[in-house]
Amino acid sequence: MKKEIRLMKGNEAMAEAAILAGVDAYFGYPITPQSEIIEYLMSANTAERTGMQVLQAESEIAAINMVYGAAGCGKRALTSSSSPGISLKMEGISYMAGAELPCVIVNVVRAGPGLATIQPSQSDYFQAVKGGGHGDYKLIVLAPSTVQESVDFIRLAFDLAFKYRNPVMILSDGIIGQMMEKVELFDQQPRLSEAPEWATTGKKPGEKSTVITSLHLESEDMEQVNLRLQAKYREVEKHEVRFESYRCEDAEVLFVAFGSSARIARKAMDLARAKGIRAGLLRPITLFPFPVEEVRRLAGQVSGMLTVEMNAGQMVEDVRLAVNGRTPVEHFGRFGGMIPGPDEILVALEARLEEWYKEQPAQTE
Amino acid sequence: MAEQSIISPENLVYKKTDVMTDRELHYCPGCGHGTAHRMLAEAIDELGIQSETIGVAPVGCSVLAYYYLNVDMQEAAHGRAPAVATGIKRVFPEKYVFTYQGDGDLAAIGTAETIHACNRGENILIVFINNGIYGMTGGQMAPTTLPGMKSSTCPMGRDVLTMGNPLKITELVAQLPGTYYVTRQSVHTPGNARKAKRAMKKALEYQKENKGACLVEVVSNCPSGWKMNPVDSNKWMEENMFPFYQLGDIKVPGKGLVSDGKNGS
Ligand SMILES: Cc1ncc(C[n+]2csc(CCOP(=O)(O)OP(=O)(O)O)c2C)c(N)n1
Ligand code: SF4
Ligand SMILES: [Mg+2]
Repeated sequence: MKKEIRLMKGNEAMAEAAILAGVDAYFGYPITPQSEIIEYLMSANTAERTGMQVLQAESEIAAINMVYGAAGCGKRALTSSSSPGISLKMEGISYMAGAELPCVIVNVVRAGPGLATIQPSQSDYFQAVKGGGHGDYKLIVLAPSTVQESVDFIRLAFDLAFKYRNPVMILSDGIIGQMMEKVELFDQQPRLSEAPEWATTGKKPGEKSTVITSLHLESEDMEQVNLRLQAKYREVEKHEVRFESYRCEDAEVLFVAFGSSARIARKAMDLARAKGIRAGLLRPITLFPFPVEEVRRLAGQVSGMLTVEMNAGQMVEDVRLAVNGRTPVEHFGRFGGMIPGPDEILVALEARLEEWYKEQPAQTE
Repeated sequence: MAEQSIISPENLVYKKTDVMTDRELHYCPGCGHGTAHRMLAEAIDELGIQSETIGVAPVGCSVLAYYYLNVDMQEAAHGRAPAVATGIKRVFPEKYVFTYQGDGDLAAIGTAETIHACNRGENILIVFINNGIYGMTGGQMAPTTLPGMKSSTCPMGRDVLTMGNPLKITELVAQLPGTYYVTRQSVHTPGNARKAKRAMKKALEYQKENKGACLVEVVSNCPSGWKMNPVDSNKWMEENMFPFYQLGDIKVPGKGLVSDGKNGS
């Protein structure tokens, strides 16, 4: 059967995907540029379509804690927000990571710090990937660069969240959230019919009660929990790395970019190729786990790497860690809601080429 | 008479409820938390809803309530229990959901969650332990600390001019259309404890009928935080807390508000 192709705005497509993925509950609070998600859900008659619960909470803090409660019952629970609202959710996210509750958090990133502007940005990379909330924890972070991926990642995110009992963040941005693109939706998935055994569903007679908690007062116990979480994160690193490469096979210089920046960097790569510069592009799809091995492998091949980010240089730190000095790694960024153009990216690349080639002559052929 | 025959079923007049575990309570001697737990557990037991109940314990001395209450429970962040309970109730509307919160938790850091869960008329029971102090963290001033009352962060006594007035949040939420039954009780005497249990039981029965949010405040003592022995703390509570936080129903089904909370202010 031929699938229906629709033209949809990124945020609305994600909302529809949530219904189709069989999500049980959505809790959110309006903030630009992602309010279309809750608006769409509120008008989609979810109660009748799938029985999905949708509630506008009094704050992002309340919303993430409602997600906590629903997730603790073994349900697929979703929330979405944009940067300032995600800051408020950080407490709840840390608690969910600690209590090992699956959930999906969408961040349609806008510029910061503070109230800043509603324009798109990628300046929440550190917050998403390095913690943001307190304690040694990791989110699985997926970075869509198209509306199609925004849709597909809703489903993938819930699969990963339940597989690892861990919160998953979809790190979108104001460009992808707001733009319209062709998208193929997946078939309606059933809502979960059975609760996992760790969920609070009411104590069964003769069995021990179930408790959802992140509290472990004894240091010896807490260390064991930390070790278990770390072991889980290592498993995630082993199995869930996702990336896409464009023309990396013969690349002598490499762009590294995620999300909407990757779309622009790809155009810059084409411009570079047209000028005879053998550029490639690596697009991390999972920001945690980061494609460390692939970056490391390419570090042995190219003369330099340029990350393109709509921030002051955040992912570049992970690229540098992976490269570990084997090749120069530089950053080009625009911020505050300014979107870099392919031309200026190309200029930024060209400005570095002479030095890169001098340091490390291109070793292709 | 042999011991065995004494404990035969027909001689049994009282039995610890199965909704309490056998775990030794960590609460300070004379603290009201243990009795309040027991009353809630007995209410759940008497209604026969142990297997359909999910509780939420946020941060406070009772954060480990799940050690003692033998029902499925979720531990919540400080102040967030009503939001967590909302999440639970929305996906499990047929279950009984309660929160068990201290005054710092419910009336300071969690004020927004409390008011909005009540205002939405979430079908949950909020058990609110008002001991006028932050017990868990060592006796700091709470939103409910009485004027002039001493705590580690108001060692000269609460000065309302600079530290604000004690908050009667129970009267406040009683005003909201989403609340159905709001009452203030205590557990410091057997008679009061029984009344508190009756109130919790009623609230759980209303929950079955989806009547809206019910809040049972328990004015309680904190011998450690108040720096008193248990007997003195109960006496002090009667003489100082009760005049300000008057016991009794505040909002009852069919009648609406029955107390304006102005008494004792
Ligand atoms: C976000 C956050 N802030 C502060 C604390 C520290 N803290 C733990 S319990 C508590 C107050 C508890 O007082 P109350 O809610 O009245 O409960 P009680 O111990 O008196 O029963 C505080 C301030 C915390 N755990 N989390
Ligand atoms: S500190 Fe106060 S509230 Fe906490 S257990 Fe001790 S007496 Fe009870
Ligand atoms: Mg208290």
